[in-house]
Amino acid sequence: MRRHNFTYFFHEGVVNLFSHGFMSFAAIGITVACLLVMGTFSLVAYNVNEQLRQLESENEVLAFVDETLTEAEGRALQPAVEAVENVRSVRFITREEACETFEEKYEGKYALGDLDAGILRDRFAIKVNDISRMEETRNAVKKVAGIADARADENLAEGFVALRNVASVVCIALIAILLVVSIFIISNTIKLTTFDRRDEIAIMKMVGATNGFIRWPFVYEGFIIGLLSAGISFGLQWLLYATVARSIAVSDVLRIFSVVDFVTIWKPVALVFGGAGMLVGVGGSLTAIRKFLQV
Amino acid sequence: MIRLTDVQKEYENGTHALRGVTMEVNDGEFVFLVGPSGSGKSTIIKLLTGEILPSVGRLMINGFNLNNISDRQIPLLRRSIGVIFQDFRLIENKTVYENLSFAMRAVGSSPREAKKRIPYVLKLVGLDGKANQFPDELSGGEQQRVAIARALVNNPYTIIADEPTGNLDPARSLEIMMLLERINQLGTTVLVVTHEKDLVNKFQKRVITLERGVVVSDGVGYNVR
Repeated sequence: MRRHNFTYFFHEGVVNLFSHGFMSFAAIGITVACLLVMGTFSLVAYNVNEQLRQLESENEVLAFVDETLTEAEGRALQPAVEAVENVRSVRFITREEACETFEEKYEGKYALGDLDAGILRDRFAIKVNDISRMEETRNAVKKVAGIADARADENLAEGFVALRNVASVVCIALIAILLVVSIFIISNTIKLTTFDRRDEIAIMKMVGATNGFIRWPFVYEGFIIGLLSAGISFGLQWLLYATVARSIAVSDVLRIFSVVDFVTIWKPVALVFGGAGMLVGVGGSLTAIRKFLQV
Repeated sequence: MIRLTDVQKEYENGTHALRGVTMEVNDGEFVFLVGPSGSGKSTIIKLLTGEILPSVGRLMINGFNLNNISDRQIPLLRRSIGVIFQDFRLIENKTVYENLSFAMRAVGSSPREAKKRIPYVLKLVGLDGKANQFPDELSGGEQQRVAIARALVNNPYTIIADEPTGNLDPARSLEIMMLLERINQLGTTVLVVTHEKDLVNKFQKRVITLERGVVVSDGVGYNVR
């Protein structure tokens, strides 16, 4: 493309954007609304996923040390337990610590009187990498010499896995539906702006303009619409997210949910908004003018 | 040169617009194409500008064989023709200068070339001093002059004018026709489609008359029955 043509196409794209102000405003408005709805839904889905992942990671295997071993001998088993496949982290808990936790949990000091720590065993609290392989990991830990027994709530683990899988499928399906609906709405809006200019396109064709020459200003216009929409929707999304996160943080009921800080995810979010905005802007423009080029 | 040899055109709805038209317009000629509504005048313009293809027959214009023209050649064909319409078809949100430069940019001319060519063409059509005005600030006759300037700006071999005076009063119509005659005198082939008998008869030019899709007369003077 020659430099004067590039300048001309870009200039035409910008001029068209302003000269068809209302339609451009409508296209930007619709794109912002669609990006915002999709972005909000995706961020909610991301947070739900993170929340589930966090809950999953708190699910542990408890491996009980043979009671004939001393505390030091029990502690010495840690490297062997850590070496088991799928084990992420291991924490040694003495029988005294276990007793305190038990009493705290069940208010045993009042209900059970003074519980003798001697009836409990030293143990390892083991966190795993892949929660769906919990049973397999428990069995492997059980085989470590010096480990008398290992316990894990596999049903709970399976429940988490199933819940996260269902949540992922539902989220992906809803995001896909929203994406298709958004592209349809945006493409139709841009089609309306193009319909408004069918005479202009017909004149261009009549004087001998090539399809490429006619298409480029629309591509730039779509690009600018997409970029502006992405910028506006990203700003609004940040504002909305920060407001909701703040409300959750100060709420007595909702504070149990930990919301991912937007500052840690703004870059990928900006990238996705920018990419999606430009894609629907340029794609919408191209599909919209295709019909009018066949003269 | 324009040459139609036994051209027939049947539309998808079954209408026979042309039933075997044979005619020839030589380089540098000024020809009126006349006939009542439905005689096939518009179909001939659409065929000559590559908007539609003939059903039967051979069609040549400015060296392009329209029977087997490729999609890539159609813009080149249109650059060799300047088309003028009854309703002017100017871009309302562009000035006179921009309407013309737009047509020049569309065929790959640079801004410098446009700057050089446009004042000359505007002077030729009697619009010098109007370059920065918008179409709705001009009279009908002036708007048609802008359309003629746009048709001329890329130096076409042929000008095709489709009812160019249809929206104008008799005085302005005569001015426009005299302008087209002047352009013809400068070497451009001109084909004017019209049904204004009085206007045609003011110019002693060749007149091809169409009726129900066939040429019924070809000579000097308006002969529609």
